[in-house]
Amino acid sequence: MKRIARSTLQTAINLVFFAVLGTAILASVFFMTHDAIVKSEEGEKLKLIKQIVPSALFDNDVIQDTLSIPASELLGTEDVTTAYRARLKDEPSAVVLESVAPDGYSGKIALILAVRANGELAGVRVVAHKETPGLGDYIELPKNPWIKGFDGKSREVYKDADWKVKKDGGQFDYMAGATITPRAIVKAVNKALVYFGENREQLFAASEPKKENRK
Amino acid sequence: MSLQEYKDILHNGLWKQNPGVVQLLGLCPLLAVSSSVVNGVSLGLATAVVMALSGASIAPIRSYVPNEIRIPVFILIIAVLVTVVQYLMNAYMYGLYVVLGIFIPLIVTNCIVLARVEAFASKNTALPSALDGFAMGLGLTAVLGILGAFREVLGKGTLFSGIDLALGDMAQGWVLHVLPDYKGFLIAILPPGAFIGLGLLIAGRNWLNLRAEQKARSKPAPAPLASAAQG
Repeated sequence: MKRIARSTLQTAINLVFFAVLGTAILASVFFMTHDAIVKSEEGEKLKLIKQIVPSALFDNDVIQDTLSIPASELLGTEDVTTAYRARLKDEPSAVVLESVAPDGYSGKIALILAVRANGELAGVRVVAHKETPGLGDYIELPKNPWIKGFDGKSREVYKDADWKVKKDGGQFDYMAGATITPRAIVKAVNKALVYFGENREQLFAASEPKKENRK
Repeated sequence: MSLQEYKDILHNGLWKQNPGVVQLLGLCPLLAVSSSVVNGVSLGLATAVVMALSGASIAPIRSYVPNEIRIPVFILIIAVLVTVVQYLMNAYMYGLYVVLGIFIPLIVTNCIVLARVEAFASKNTALPSALDGFAMGLGLTAVLGILGAFREVLGKGTLFSGIDLALGDMAQGWVLHVLPDYKGFLIAILPPGAFIGLGLLIAGRNWLNLRAEQKARSKPAPAPLASAAQG
């Protein structure tokens, strides 16, 4: 009996040892790569911003002109996000917002959208999604121009009923076989525009005092 | 280990025991990512790296792991390695990371990785184990690449779409439009296309094998003895 107990204990210790070792390796690799990961993600974000905000629209340092936005139901965010403000000769020209469509086919779809000062969309891009490859992933720009369909749209031109895919009686295209994905995005973009309309003043308020990068 | 044995390991992984079309292990990524050449080959290579690393790291510790808990320990090590590869790709190959996205963590659940660790690395030393893992991974990569090409051409009429995401902006113009003005054939891109394509690949490999055997048989003299010995 004693022998069995001892060998069981030894086996357990062995397993714990490997678990601790694995955790240690993961933790160190995480810390080693964390900065590079944040940097490459930020770099990617910058590239995206330049894609959706035409360079003629701003002459300020967009990446530095930020505003922290608390979690918002309209934006679908559960965390503080960062808004980037584009200004031309100190006049606000556009704001870049992060938004999340919570009801994609396979979970959340992270979006980034640029709204001009007049409430018109300058552009929308999908930042992260888990939609079906080859089916629901036409929301990505290199694969399909679908997402460009939002350019120039606003809540002035399209009323609430128009912010739906055509199948549901709205104004937005979709692809047969994958309706849930565009439906989620159209809904999220519309809600983000509502958010913009309600918070326009604050969004373009003067830069908050510089603090260390916060998330 | 002699050179011949290393050659055998390579031959096993790439052809004789090819995981994709002979062992039929690791079908989960086959179905999921083989919708284009770039996706298939990228995930195949990531799998090959994980398999080589897991072979190399499990072989040296195999005598310290009690038999009863070897599977959990192996899985733990594989999961650690996959996560490390994921972090590294996220940090230094961001474009590719975005393409492969959720499929990288799935390498852990790919049974071919555990199968090779269990069948080979737990009985051999580090170097041959690493080579075995890598050869098996390359065999899988080849199948994923061929299947990806088949599905991409049939489904979208292109080859190498998305290569700029894997190799950077310089590869932007490398996409081949094999069938211009092609309207697409959705089933090839969807999972059934992967099953059908894989079936054709298996049939093709068996046919080639049969032909090779017949050729060997029609030649007189030492053939029967040699093949019997190889079993």
